[in-house]
Amino acid sequence: MSQIQTQDPGGKKGSKKKRAKKHSSEIDMTPMVDLMCLLITFFMLTTAFAKPKVMVITMPEKDKNQEVKDQPKISAERTLNILLSGDDEVFYYKGQAAPKKPMPVVAKSDFSKDGVRKLLLNWNRDLFTKITEYREKRLTGEIIVADTTFENTIKQMKMDDKKGPIVLIKADTNARYKDIVNIIDEMAICNIASYAIVDIGQVEVMMIESTKAGTPLTEYPVIKVK
Amino acid sequence: MPKIKPPVSTPRIDMTPMVDLFSLLLIFFVLTASFRPQEAAMIDSPASISEKQAPDFNLMTIFIDKEGKVFFNVDNGADSTTKFRQQILQKMAERYEMTFTPEEYDLFGRLSGFGLPLKDMKKWIHAENSEKREEFQVGMPFDSADNQLGYWILYSRIVNPRAEVAIKGDGDASYMVVKEIMDMLQDNKVNKFNLITNFVTEEVGLADLPPEK
Repeated sequence: MSQIQTQDPGGKKGSKKKRAKKHSSEIDMTPMVDLMCLLITFFMLTTAFAKPKVMVITMPEKDKNQEVKDQPKISAERTLNILLSGDDEVFYYKGQAAPKKPMPVVAKSDFSKDGVRKLLLNWNRDLFTKITEYREKRLTGEIIVADTTFENTIKQMKMDDKKGPIVLIKADTNARYKDIVNIIDEMAICNIASYAIVDIGQVEVMMIESTKAGTPLTEYPVIKVK
Repeated sequence: MPKIKPPVSTPRIDMTPMVDLFSLLLIFFVLTASFRPQEAAMIDSPASISEKQAPDFNLMTIFIDKEGKVFFNVDNGADSTTKFRQQILQKMAERYEMTFTPEEYDLFGRLSGFGLPLKDMKKWIHAENSEKREEFQVGMPFDSADNQLGYWILYSRIVNPRAEVAIKGDGDASYMVVKEIMDMLQDNKVNKFNLITNFVTEEVGLADLPPEK
């Protein structure tokens, strides 16, 4: 306690004079401090400071009546297929795997800085440079635009882009949730204009397996229909 | 010669400034506090660079833990008098021909996330404490035979059409489970998902561009 009680040193033994006890006019604040400490601790521990962040993805509407021919056509030379199969591994191939055509080469990569990001940045060089320069200009105050204008300009840049890759993300049954989040995040980092999560095909599963085994497919495999 | 007595003083510290400081801190914490909602399971969500904040209200959250167990939570909306949770439970009870007492509805309205078949809901509501409650959390059935999660989502959206869907998955959860849930959400005409992630910064500038070939 803050006040240490000391005996009155002036009291002589045997003194019979009785004096009214001196009451200190101050209040001992210590219990109040104790209480406040406890309350603060409680609030600190129960407060969620950082609100969760979210990554928004919008999927195309599923329409069961939609015919195959209505699906958007994309050029094969701009297509980058990313195959995910867990273990933090990323497989990718360019173009399209189709019968009677040479099989695309499947390469293996990862989520590190020199992994798949390098490939994406290199391919998306023009758009990435454009957006990053625009962003930096705004950061340094060279141009002053409102948030919505800023976002819309970037959106427009992405729409106008004709050179960057169209990324198709495909995950097989071994893929983990974090793989998908990581790769979508990678798209955001590299400012990829168009990407989509699509179902994996049987051939692609075989392509992953064969690449893992070290014997890449050289021909379009014959798919047995059970 | 009289002895010189040192002046006797009681050593004391003035506590008032400390109290002032603590009061201020306390007021700050009380005002900024938004209580950490009790989570149905331990979920370690993956990290991303996204800076968008999750909405505070009108959010239904689907939790997916490491083993692929699914939990569901929906809030009461911005105005707690709307009692969305109670209405949703009412609709679920009608669907599965169960009856709940008004107290049970009230209790359910104040609880948080859950992951259990509806038949165990009564026991879950009446559980003494959160530890007992945990025992009932076996995961929400969502297969085609008994798609309770689908109904929860459907009724949540009927009761609160503004509700958005957030998915909080563990990084090690199988993508297949997540995909199944996303497909089901798309069947329910939900095409926009908020994936809850931890925030990390990743600085990638022009200098990171690989040299041109």
